Amino acid sequence: MTQSNRRKFMQRAASMAAVGTLPLTYVKLGRSEQSAEFSFAFLSDSHIQHIRGNEFVRNWDRGLIRAVAETNLLNPKPDFVIYGGDLAQLGTKPELDHGAELLSALNYDIHPILGEHDYYLDLGEYWSDIFKRPHYYSFDHKGVHFVMLNSILTYDEWTFERWPTAEQRMNEMAGLDNPNGSPFLVGDPQREWLKKDLAEVDKSTPIVVVSHSPLQKIYKGWNFWTDDAEQMQAILAPFDKVTVLYGHVHQIQYNQIGNISFTSAMATAWPWPYPGSYAQAEHFLPVLTVPMNRADPFFERDATGWQFVDVHTGRAAVHYNLYDNAVRTVAWNEDTGRPEDSVFQDPAARIPPQQHY
Amino acid sequence: MRKKFIITALAPVLFALGAGNLGGDEFDQEDIDRWQEQFMQVVQEGRALWTDGTLGSNGVACAQCHPNAANTHPETYPKFQKQMGRVVDLWEMFNWCLQHPLEGEELAADDDKMIALIAYARHERRGVALEPGKH
Repeated sequence: MTQSNRRKFMQRAASMAAVGTLPLTYVKLGRSEQSAEFSFAFLSDSHIQHIRGNEFVRNWDRGLIRAVAETNLLNPKPDFVIYGGDLAQLGTKPELDHGAELLSALNYDIHPILGEHDYYLDLGEYWSDIFKRPHYYSFDHKGVHFVMLNSILTYDEWTFERWPTAEQRMNEMAGLDNPNGSPFLVGDPQREWLKKDLAEVDKSTPIVVVSHSPLQKIYKGWNFWTDDAEQMQAILAPFDKVTVLYGHVHQIQYNQIGNISFTSAMATAWPWPYPGSYAQAEHFLPVLTVPMNRADPFFERDATGWQFVDVHTGRAAVHYNLYDNAVRTVAWNEDTGRPEDSVFQDPAARIPPQQHY
Repeated sequence: MRKKFIITALAPVLFALGAGNLGGDEFDQEDIDRWQEQFMQVVQEGRALWTDGTLGSNGVACAQCHPNAANTHPETYPKFQKQMGRVVDLWEMFNWCLQHPLEGEELAADDDKMIALIAYARHERRGVALEPGKH
């Protein structure tokens, strides 16, 4: 993209933000060779929720409908859309069908991954049927290697032996704060697959990993957590430039661990509190993260939003676009070697709505 | 006349109870345990309601947006709620949530369910200093 096109794009993005922006992640990848630059959108966590018959929770429907409509209006056009999981609330056919129908309005190819809300009713069978996708896979696009994970697996005893019915298993995992849940895992077979997959990729190739859960340990009580996160980070460590995009947390988070940049997506459905606002437990929100503004519950799309990511020479600059708040930019800082908020990283620059208590 | 007579007639009984160290200002660990148990029972009822998709009409539960009742900051109420244009108490915000995200009916302030919801939210927030009015 030329400088002038880029400026136009930024202006368009800014004007879209001004009129109300969309709860998806717009990702732009740039490399040292300009010809290889491209962009993709990233939607996540729509939680389409069936009530009865053909009724679904209106609020969550509207979030996805708006994200899809605004993704279609993006200019320049993204090359494809990544969906970060939790399309459904309780993994039922009506929910997955309805969610897929809403997604089908997209003018782009979709690369989806599973969230726990899509998975624990039938262990991802129907999801695979409708999306014609395996539970984890990889692909290459214009010189970038994409790894699409199923990071919401857990221990076999929990999945296969503990619950009398599949419905109960789904319900137990669906409650974010349910102590009967279980920590997420990528698991041995998938990690072995990943090692083989990456064995054929040059260490200088930019890697984008998409997982539903964070491949870092933030707060176990709400599964902002993957139990084998360190093993996953070790597999990714030999590569020069790794970006991990994840859903699940319904809020802005970012971090840098070694060579790996982590960036979360906001939900199209609803925002979640930061773990620190739960007074009874210890948490490990990355100290780097400047929180998004506290949500205004009276405006149902507030604290949902979208972001796009420029990756300059393989490093990410993330632009978070919030419906009812100023746009946030978290950009790679070459001097400090980590992503930083362009306005708010300095504690003195932060504003009262970013205080969560 | 009649009331006075009854009190007079009961006086010896009350005196006898007092003599057995059961005065109104006396309580022991057993009492404290029982009162705590009563409170925790209501907290548990509140937790059950908090995670109950049938509290409203659309299957949405409080816990979906507020895991562990986080981001309800009950220690800040009553406070000015700009969208309502006045100082409101916690139960009024809970009713707003019941009526909008949950698409359900509001509860009276002294409804057992409302008291249970408030007990749960405040219990999850225990230990945090009171800051009424804080934004």
